[in-house]
Parts: sequence; C-alpha cells; structure tokens
Amino acid sequence: MSARPLDCEEVIERLFEYLDRELDERQIADIEHHLARCRDCFTRAQFETRLRARVSAAGTVTAPPRLHQRIRQLLDRFNDGEANTHH
Amino acid sequence: MPLAHPDTQAPMPLPQATYRGGSGIGMSDRDIDNRQHWFEQRLSPLLDRLYGCALRLTRDPDDAEDIVAEAVGKAWSRLGELRDPQCFDGWLLHILNNVFISEWRRRQCRPQRPATAEDPSPDELDSSTFTLFQQLHQPFLLWWGSLEEQFFNSLLHEDIQQAIDALPDPFRVTMVLVEVQGYSYSEAAHLLGIPLGTVRSRLSRARALLQKTLWEQAGDAGVRPDDGGTGRQRP
Repeated sequence: MSARPLDCEEVIERLFEYLDRELDERQIADIEHHLARCRDCFTRAQFETRLRARVSAAGTVTAPPRLHQRIRQLLDRFNDGEANTHH
Repeated sequence: MPLAHPDTQAPMPLPQATYRGGSGIGMSDRDIDNRQHWFEQRLSPLLDRLYGCALRLTRDPDDAEDIVAEAVGKAWSRLGELRDPQCFDGWLLHILNNVFISEWRRRQCRPQRPATAEDPSPDELDSSTFTLFQQLHQPFLLWWGSLEEQFFNSLLHEDIQQAIDALPDPFRVTMVLVEVQGYSYSEAAHLLGIPLGTVRSRLSRARALLQKTLWEQAGDAGVRPDDGGTGRQRP
C-alpha cells in the first residue's frame, strides 16, 4: 500500500496530531513519507519534537521536604489504621 | 480501566493480598507489611512527577501538596482496585488528575470567580497562529550558528514552567494532560468532560500562546534574529 502524497500544508496541519500519536497507521505512513522527502517539514517536526520534550519535562519538579514528611505521616497513619483494623 | 502512563516503570509484582481485594478479611500482618512496602516503593520515585504535575495544574505549591496528599490517600485506600500493578504510575496520576479536576470544577462554580478563558482575550486571538519555528528558523546557515540552537540552549526549565503557568486555566489543564502527562485526546476529553473538538482547539491555542510566551522570554535572553544572534548572557 503506497503512501498518499501530502503537501506541506497538510503535513503541518496534522503535525501535532502526529507527534501526539493521534493518527492511524495509514495517516502516520503518509506523514512519514512526506517528512522523509521534505527538508522544511522534517526540520519543523524536529523542532516541535524537541520543544515538546522540554515541555513534558516541566511535569517533574523536586517535591519539597515538607511534602515528603507529609506523605510519610499520611502513610504511617494509614498503616496504623490498617494494623488496628486487623488486630 | 486504569490509564497507563507512558512513563510507567518496570513491572514489580503486587503482593497477592492486594489482588484478593485490598484490605480484605484474613490478611496477616505480613500481608499488610508487604503491601505497605510495595506501595511505598512504587510511590517514592513517583513523588517528583506527582508534585510537578500537580504544580503545573494548580500553579500553587500549597495546593499542589494538598492534591498530592489527597491522591496518595485515595490510592492507598483503593489499592485493591488496581488490577494491573504495572499501571500503578498511570493509575496514581489519574487519581491525582481527578482530585484536581473535582476541586477545579468546585472553584469554577463559585459565583464570585471571574469567567476564564474559554473566550480568549483579543491578545490571545492575535497569538493563535503564532509559531516559534517561524520566528527562529533560517533556511540558510549563519556564521554565528543557528537561532534554533541558541533558543534551546538558553531555554531554562523555569522558562517553560512560567510559560505553562501563564496559560489560561482551560488551556493549561488540557496541555498538561496531553503534552506533559501523555494522555490521548479522547482520554483528556473524558477526564475533563468536554468534547474531543474542544480538546483539539484548546491544545492548538495553548501551544500558540505558550510558544509566544517562550519567544518573548527568548527576547529577554537576547535570542533575536536581528541582533546578530550574539545573545547576551542571562544574569
């Protein structure tokens, strides 16, 4: 099954859906066929992929010691509660 | 069905007592100890991720801590409902998101709260087609190097956090779910109780606004196409 030729506009329009893995196999093949041949769109895809990775990394932040302590206390409380339930 | 997070770590078997229904009758002290140990072992490396996601969702460190603590409490009490131990990370993040969304909806219902941003401001509309790539990409090589490289080299973790935090609530929450946490559009739509098309449009606007903010920050850091790319150093 050969890929459907897409123009740059169509590829850029669907680029984020492609990066978000929202496309089906056929659509992915069409986009990748274009990206393998078009330097501009390939460069754009690389740029957005790189930026996306940096944005995704913003979802990890060192938890403050106060939160660690709070979670510790919470778990101890649950543990005590559960131990009491079973005795 | 628990939603698996893309960052789900290596499998670690859940003690059998949990499969039998969590705090079910007949658990020995050893079962309880094993379960506690298992839970803590899985939770510990996930805490920075939970806190980071909560912080991006709430924008407030105290609220983020509250949400993480509530999610951990719920996860512990519902551990018996976790069918696939390999999905623990995604399952706990899912609980955290639900805790946040419940609280968010509750706050939105308050009459004194100003309407937020399903209707963007004129400035946001101006930004809706903005792309960083168009600003930074040069189809030819410059003697001082690529502006894109300069942009990424000067882009701090803090810059991205600030740019996400600056987004209007509905845009930010959708973007955090999809781009930071890796939810699919339909999962995000289901979580937020909005149509799929709304997820798409919010994401599109969120990305444009985020990129515009990053572009402005890059200007502050000296990354501009018209300054010879010399780029002053950040303080």
